[in-house]
Amino acid sequence: MSTVRVLVGTRKGAFVLTADGKREKWDISGPHFAGWEIYHLKGSSVNPNRLYASQCSGWFGQIIQRSDDGGKTWIQPGTPPGESTTAPGGMPKGESNKFVYDTSSGTGKPLTTHQWYDGTQHAWEFKRVWHLEPSLSDPDTVYAGVEDAALFRSIDGGQNWQELAGLRGHGTGPKWQPGAGGMCLHTVILDPSNPQRIYIAISAAGAFRTDDGGKTWQPINKGLYSQYIPNPTAEVGHCVHHVAMHRSRPNVLFMQKHWDVMRSDNAGESWQEVSGNLPTDFGFVIDVHAHEPETIYVVPIKSDSEHFPPDGKLRVYRSRTGGNEWEELGKGLPSRDCYVNVLRDAMAVDALDKCGVYFGTTGGQVYASADAGDSWAPIVRDLPAVLSVEVQTLP
Amino acid sequence: MIRVVLPAHLRALARVRGEVELEVAGPATQRAVLDALEARYPMLRGTIREHVTQQRRPFLRFFACEEDLSHEPPDAPLPDAVASGAEPLLIIGAIAGG
Repeated sequence: MSTVRVLVGTRKGAFVLTADGKREKWDISGPHFAGWEIYHLKGSSVNPNRLYASQCSGWFGQIIQRSDDGGKTWIQPGTPPGESTTAPGGMPKGESNKFVYDTSSGTGKPLTTHQWYDGTQHAWEFKRVWHLEPSLSDPDTVYAGVEDAALFRSIDGGQNWQELAGLRGHGTGPKWQPGAGGMCLHTVILDPSNPQRIYIAISAAGAFRTDDGGKTWQPINKGLYSQYIPNPTAEVGHCVHHVAMHRSRPNVLFMQKHWDVMRSDNAGESWQEVSGNLPTDFGFVIDVHAHEPETIYVVPIKSDSEHFPPDGKLRVYRSRTGGNEWEELGKGLPSRDCYVNVLRDAMAVDALDKCGVYFGTTGGQVYASADAGDSWAPIVRDLPAVLSVEVQTLP
Repeated sequence: MIRVVLPAHLRALARVRGEVELEVAGPATQRAVLDALEARYPMLRGTIREHVTQQRRPFLRFFACEEDLSHEPPDAPLPDAVASGAEPLLIIGAIAGG
């Protein structure tokens, strides 16, 4: 029988939740990296026991951790304890937590400032890794979306990181500005049908796409309307919260923007609003059913100033029509006095039949549905605030 | 031999318990001690000093012999008691709740 492994990043450590295919009884392992913020952890689809984790702290900065046994043990790539810091030949070993923006004349651009909250220009400063996206073909290749917004890549299992500087340098960088959570590159989507195509999203710059493996990028924000920015239809400046794609249809994208749920059928060239009958179209997460590419999920949040569910009722909304027509899913979820949030990387699906759907809350609950959202139950209730949820379906 | 006391999280990262003891070649300065510490425990690179600027991270302080050495130049000699190993160099994280 298949196994499901749920990888949960929280404000105070990582947790690994496992169950068999029935998804009824869960084993909970953790906290790993207790006391540290774990923004994201994710497994390689090529080698599911290869996991990457972003561990960070306001005191000690960024750490990258890697596991090769499904999360039982972890190392900092390139720097095992007790070994020499230099490789044979005298070259320094990898520094897996070293993220340095590329400003070289050869591959980088001399781009050093972006827009600050008050409209002035502000230096780019590395703060943390928000999202780790393992390659679809090589377990040693992994992408990192970071704050201040940039995309990095490692091709040696997380030991060394190089910026794909064409993104920051493509021309609109000085217009990017931080959202309340920081200027983060939080979404990285690799096109399974085209290794040269990558989608990313930044708060608050918008969505971007490369078709040449990261050398050059273009904004893909036509059709987005953001009334909170001076030009609501600007090329960049939109606060995109998350983007999702079904691997069978890589040209179809779904977006939860600050406000508005959006859809693109042409790889982001243009977007249409599909908020339809949602009670509020503000939110953070969005995800797609594993087997039904027109079935999507969001968790409506009351507003940008009140980050909790409307009326204190935690509800997932599902559309089986790719948007516009939404149904409320609440069986097993709190119907009163619930004032948690569900952050942008905190929803995921498994690949079983029926599709499992999972999400974590800032109140520390991880909810699971083993029937595509029809009913829900908490796997665990009292974790630290959940920052991210990823799911692996193991044979 | 120089003794260094790390905050709990950095002890966990370095997989050590208690104090760290380091041999430091040449004069005992903040820079020399941190260089030796990071050479022995490369996983600590970037956690005490920022990778590129080598500046002390803002939420960390250096103390020894009941003195705050955080703002001393990195190449200033550490107190004799630290250089001799009689007293440890304390790397302290700012106290914060949450």
